[in-house]
Amino acid sequence: MKKILIGFAAAAFGLAAHVGLAAAAEETAHAVAEPTHFPIKKPPEMAWSFAGPFGTYDKGQLQRGLKVYKEVCAACHSMKLVPFRALEDLGYNEAQVKAFAAEYEVQDGPNADGEMFMRPGIPSDYFPSPFANDVAAAAANAGAAPPDLSLIAKARAVERGFPLFVFDIFTQYAEGGPDYIHALLTGYDEEPPAGMEIPEGTYYNPYFNAAKSLAMPKPINDDAVTYDDGSPQTVDQYSRDVSAFLMWAAEPHMEARKQTGFNVMVFLVLFAGLVYMTKRKIWASVPH
Amino acid sequence: MSGGHSTYTPTSGLGRWIDQRMPLPRLMYDSFVAYPVPRNLNYAYTFGGILSIMLVAQIVTGVVLAMHYAADTTLAFGSVEKIMRDVNSGWLLRYLHSNGASFFFIAVYIHIMRGLYYGSYKAPRELLWILGCIIYLLMMATGFMGYVLPWGQMSFWGATVITGFFSAIPLVGNWIQELLLGGFAVDNPTLNRFFSLHYLLPFMIAGVVVLHVWALHVTGQTNPTGIEVKSKTDTVPFSPHATAKDAFAMVVFLAVFAYFVFYIPNFLGHPDNYTVANPLKTPAHIVPEWYYLPFYAILRAITFNIGPIDSKLGGVLAMFGSIAVLFFVPWLDTSKVRSAVYRPWYKLFFWLFVANAIMLGWLGSRAAEGIYVVLSQIGTLYYFAFFLIIMPVLGLIETPRRLPNSITEAVLEKNKGAASAHPVGATAAPDTKG
Repeated sequence: MKKILIGFAAAAFGLAAHVGLAAAAEETAHAVAEPTHFPIKKPPEMAWSFAGPFGTYDKGQLQRGLKVYKEVCAACHSMKLVPFRALEDLGYNEAQVKAFAAEYEVQDGPNADGEMFMRPGIPSDYFPSPFANDVAAAAANAGAAPPDLSLIAKARAVERGFPLFVFDIFTQYAEGGPDYIHALLTGYDEEPPAGMEIPEGTYYNPYFNAAKSLAMPKPINDDAVTYDDGSPQTVDQYSRDVSAFLMWAAEPHMEARKQTGFNVMVFLVLFAGLVYMTKRKIWASVPH
Repeated sequence: MSGGHSTYTPTSGLGRWIDQRMPLPRLMYDSFVAYPVPRNLNYAYTFGGILSIMLVAQIVTGVVLAMHYAADTTLAFGSVEKIMRDVNSGWLLRYLHSNGASFFFIAVYIHIMRGLYYGSYKAPRELLWILGCIIYLLMMATGFMGYVLPWGQMSFWGATVITGFFSAIPLVGNWIQELLLGGFAVDNPTLNRFFSLHYLLPFMIAGVVVLHVWALHVTGQTNPTGIEVKSKTDTVPFSPHATAKDAFAMVVFLAVFAYFVFYIPNFLGHPDNYTVANPLKTPAHIVPEWYYLPFYAILRAITFNIGPIDSKLGGVLAMFGSIAVLFFVPWLDTSKVRSAVYRPWYKLFFWLFVANAIMLGWLGSRAAEGIYVVLSQIGTLYYFAFFLIIMPVLGLIETPRRLPNSITEAVLEKNKGAASAHPVGATAAPDTKG
């Protein structure tokens, strides 16, 4: 066993040497004015209430995030996979969810005459989309359809690279999505470096993971959304809240997952201990 | 090893009645209770058992997922999200299944490496090894098709790239590709047939696993010394000895598996697969699942034409060749000594091979540019050199260390100085039970 471990250590060392060499090569290819690798800046890691093995969503934060989504993001971004009924997870009661849903007009039908008609939303409806279809969305937004936000917190993440991705296994870092969204939303105020050309109709953002600039203009400013719980009305706070909300939208059962996980881990570790003692007793008189 | 007579004696009237008509309980008893295993097996030998429970777990979760999944390009992505959000414990089933595929591959890679280290493929176990290679191929096909089913961006573009390999084959390539796709591009017919095959292949794997275990029980297991079992003192009965050891390894493996499922379920996946497939939008980097990355690196390492073979066909040939070469390992290794324990040079080259395979995996995840291409080419060269040059040549020139005369001697030598050894036969006696 010891020899196998030494072997592994040797293998890991060889690998690390290789990787270090390659990473150094990658750094030099990264020019300042015309970068070829994106994002230009890695998103900073934020402290999220839902991170780690016992993480839970902060309901107040999710409610603020919902408000930001509803009043700002929803003007362009759909959230097709999230039904109103799921909002009970945010701490709202059934009546509040009904009232929330009723604020929306939803297309239904056909009725007995074969006509489609509009009616107030009910909890089993999904968030209505701002555009009739993706083509309409693209046409209204300079050719780039705003992505659906239902899964955006899991569909975006900046590559961690070696050796961070190895550490992530042990630190349980799984917040690349919200970190990215937060960084992107707060990154619009940064100035492009001298000599960089920003294409017409796009906006520089060093945290965007596909290019130096993107078609979405700065979406939110300080005091754009009124908070009634006294939280600061800053871009940074809005970004944190909506990122947390979008994480919930993408992974609504995360709390149940982590709680179940704790029970499962405790069981498996104890069970492993018992099986190990059984195994030792069985093999005690057999040199092997 | 299994040449001995069956020791099964049915105790009840019903047992005797069944035994005379269809002796399935006898087969089970002889295979999993009385079956003699070498007494010196270490934990590297527990992955066969781990793989069998992973196969069962994948089939069970997969069958339930299939009850909720819709194999249609307009519905597939949404149906998977329905499972994640609305099906009771659907998130658990789906994460178990997607991470289960990864852990199936982790286990199979350790299992294969164990075989390469201890020379498990050498006579008389060539067929056992080849059956294992077939299982591995079927696993790769199953995993690839399963990854297409959620119909995310990586599903679609991975399928496009991988089915595109076949078009490099002269004459019949395009025909094969169109047959796989059910058309000229990845679309609804592709998704339908992949779903059908993804459901079929695991049962084919189960069938080949039966042959694999059968072949194993004919030749008996190898062991870390590589010396065949010579006497009864070399072995212990499968139950309770191997059963308990396998069970402990399984629970530890499941604990690591559970850690990923419950805490970092998307660590091994790609974020792009949470975006619905869009044939008009190519992702910046198309990468396959991590378990194919070494082969992907080999594919992309061939950037040059070799005579009439252009780089595309060359890459495809190298990639398929890297798997095909495994089938010939029993005849490529010329060494008379089975286990790397007694082969100092082979041991070194083996660990270099492992490091190289991991490096190729990492290179497979990088863009094919600059230094990565050169490193991939070096890695590919070593991968093939290990099988085609080092294995045959080393067997002829290497001076192995002195082999012990038997498993028992090796074990007693190892335990010398420790507590005095009891005769192993005593443990099998009923009076030591409990």
